[in-house]
Amino acid sequence: MARHLLRRLIQAAAVMILAALVAFLLFNYVGDPVSNMLGQEASRESREALRDQLGLNDSFIVQFARFAGHAVEGDFGISYRLQRPVAALIVERLPATVELVLASALFAVVLGVGLGIFTAIRRESWISRVILAVSLVGVSLPTFVIGIGLIYLFAVTLGWLPSFGRGDVVAVGWWSTGLVTASGLKALILPAVTLGLFQMTFILRLVRAEMLDVLGADFIRTARAMGLTERMINMKYALKNAGLPVITIIGLKLGELIAFSIVTETVFQWPGMGLLFIQAVSFADIPIMAAYLFMVAFVFVAINLIVDLLYVALDPRLRGRAA
Amino acid sequence: MFTTSIVRAAALSLVLLSSAARAENVLRWASQGDAMTMDSHSQNEGQTRTFAQQVEDALINRKPDLTKVPGLAVSWKLVDPKTWEFKLRAGVKFHDGRAFTADDVVFSFKRALMPTSDLKDLISSVSDIVAVDPLTVRILTKAPDPILLDEITNIFIMSRGWSEEHKVAVPQNYNGGEETYAVRHKNGTGPFKLDLREPDVRTVMVKNPDWWGLKDEPHNIDRIIYTPIKNPATRVAALLSGELDFLLDPPVQDIARIESSGMFKIERAVSPWTIFFGMNSGRVELASSSVKGKNPFADIRVRRAMNMAIDVNSITQRIMRGFAQPAGNLVPPGVHGYDKSIDTHLAFDADGAKKLLAEAGYPNGFDVRLDCPNDRYLNDEPICQAAVGMLARIGVKATLDLKPRTLHFPKVQTKQTDFYMYGWGTDTTDAHNHLYFLAAPESVSNATQYTDKTLFDLINAMAVEIDPAKRDLLIKDASTRLRDAYSYIPLYHPEIAWATRKGVTVPITLDNLPHFAYARFGN
Repeated sequence: MARHLLRRLIQAAAVMILAALVAFLLFNYVGDPVSNMLGQEASRESREALRDQLGLNDSFIVQFARFAGHAVEGDFGISYRLQRPVAALIVERLPATVELVLASALFAVVLGVGLGIFTAIRRESWISRVILAVSLVGVSLPTFVIGIGLIYLFAVTLGWLPSFGRGDVVAVGWWSTGLVTASGLKALILPAVTLGLFQMTFILRLVRAEMLDVLGADFIRTARAMGLTERMINMKYALKNAGLPVITIIGLKLGELIAFSIVTETVFQWPGMGLLFIQAVSFADIPIMAAYLFMVAFVFVAINLIVDLLYVALDPRLRGRAA
Repeated sequence: MFTTSIVRAAALSLVLLSSAARAENVLRWASQGDAMTMDSHSQNEGQTRTFAQQVEDALINRKPDLTKVPGLAVSWKLVDPKTWEFKLRAGVKFHDGRAFTADDVVFSFKRALMPTSDLKDLISSVSDIVAVDPLTVRILTKAPDPILLDEITNIFIMSRGWSEEHKVAVPQNYNGGEETYAVRHKNGTGPFKLDLREPDVRTVMVKNPDWWGLKDEPHNIDRIIYTPIKNPATRVAALLSGELDFLLDPPVQDIARIESSGMFKIERAVSPWTIFFGMNSGRVELASSSVKGKNPFADIRVRRAMNMAIDVNSITQRIMRGFAQPAGNLVPPGVHGYDKSIDTHLAFDADGAKKLLAEAGYPNGFDVRLDCPNDRYLNDEPICQAAVGMLARIGVKATLDLKPRTLHFPKVQTKQTDFYMYGWGTDTTDAHNHLYFLAAPESVSNATQYTDKTLFDLINAMAVEIDPAKRDLLIKDASTRLRDAYSYIPLYHPEIAWATRKGVTVPITLDNLPHFAYARFGN
């Protein structure tokens, strides 16, 4: 077990280094940040001096080694655009993204599973047909269009919800939360629905398919023959069996929510990491881009590592091979 | 239980909010991007200056129409051709209570001249600044500088005591690895105090009841809340839903919709900017053309033909939807030295252009690459696409290379381009700024490499000519000469449009940087 863990950790570290290297290679193509950092009147000498100061004139290897050396200590440098330490910026923006992702995951799972069960049990009802038809929209429309559509309906036309921002936030230690203020909760609704809609329809269709599959199985027929109530059959036996693959998929989809949050955060001016990243890209703010990609790589590597270790813990065959 | 308490809290906070809104005049506004820093010497960039001019003062301030008015200096005079003397305003206090003196002016100018300042090139003519007495300073220049007064409207005055206390006597150095105090804090003498700064999220300023200018500009703005909103559709939605009082940059395609709601007014003005194409005539041969051994742009007939081939009226009407004025000269309106009589583009004439090309030895045209940004100027991409079509009509096969600004600008600044889109706006409201940066051979913003010694002599002469009448003649000669060289294809002077909620007035400023001391609630 210990040896397996060690091997996986070494692999994870290698993946991280590779991810950072690829990210750094890409920065050669994002252009010159100096033209954004200096005013139009800046002379050639001023531009060259700043480029030197930032180390942009050094070779790729030197730049990468410097980045990696500092990154190990948790120092990602200073943002070119905001003149503030990148690590502090990310810590500041993390709560907004995490709260948004969790809220939309909650929305997607609760509504997706609920409607999935409903449409599987009431297969023939017209409500199910409507739900399924509408869910097609969720799958096919881009996040951007859904977000703008919701803003025009709920903020401009009805005036019920704010069109942008995070509302009032309350600081709990270093974490800023919008979950305890009325304006924060109101501001969370539209972005969470926008981000979660695709996942919700995906889960809905998955749950429905799994349920239909299980409902046709022999043990359900047996249960029915034994005179159990429909409610008991659906909720206790069918759902339990349909749930296993669904849970696996939902876990994997959480990572996707973080990735898709870039678009949603841009539409709603949600002050999270996705917005920070997209603004860094248009500015060629290399320190932020590097740190963000590094962090996303870390999240995915960590998830994979945990899943791997769980499999080993759960499956005796894997344990045997590792030892 | 939990939900009811939330509902109750929501209702309560709504009541509180609306009563608070009644009690004070809160101006909520938005635009596309946030300021990079609160340190006004560290960045020469629009939004950074917008915040500076609410919180800080310069020796000479600008009104919304860009005319100069006394700021922290009450009067000034030329002592000798290279020395200006300024009498300072007495009894002024910084927001933290420190008294303003000549020492703060000396400190601020020296700070703005430091290597890590982004304003050092703007006031590079300054050789020294000295305090004569606590209310008098002298600025010494290397050579006579007729536009010094314009240039110093960009230098905002910071307190020496405050800066030294917070270790920000030097503008941000990226090697420092730390955020300086001045990135999120500001201490000025201006009409508003910086109350809260959350970069990219919100910035709040409150009225400075002790502002020295309040008797002349008795504004009634108690609080200003700024939110950057990157996405244009969201910005418009936020305005229409009543969450904003003022939108600096409504997208032109949404302006009709905003007006038709009946709740907002749109104010427009031609900005002191010119958007243009440049042709690199200095290269031996064009890198992107199959014409070898010679450079088509070196022939003035070709450059003239290129100017005649571009239909600027259809660009301003169709692509810019009327929010632009056709340009024939690089010096834009609103700038000292602007001359309407030479601001007319060569008449659109595809046949005449073809004939000129044939005379120059290109009866079948030639090919060249057009370098354009796709995220810098409003509608930059469609304008370049339209230009490619227009040039095709005279046989010039332009291939379009669209790049984000971070890749486009370095091409121009290193002169690694044959044919490119660019724009220039003013920081000094004087024609010299435009002529120098767009025609001087050493300027990073001039990739035409067009050489004309007489023109450069004229530009250098206007930089040091103190006599206004003589200087105006130099400007006229130089801008006419540059226009007639056709090394550029001027396209248009963009219009700015501001949307404000009815019941609020924010006078439009030509440089697109709002000045809230001149804004008012009520009529």
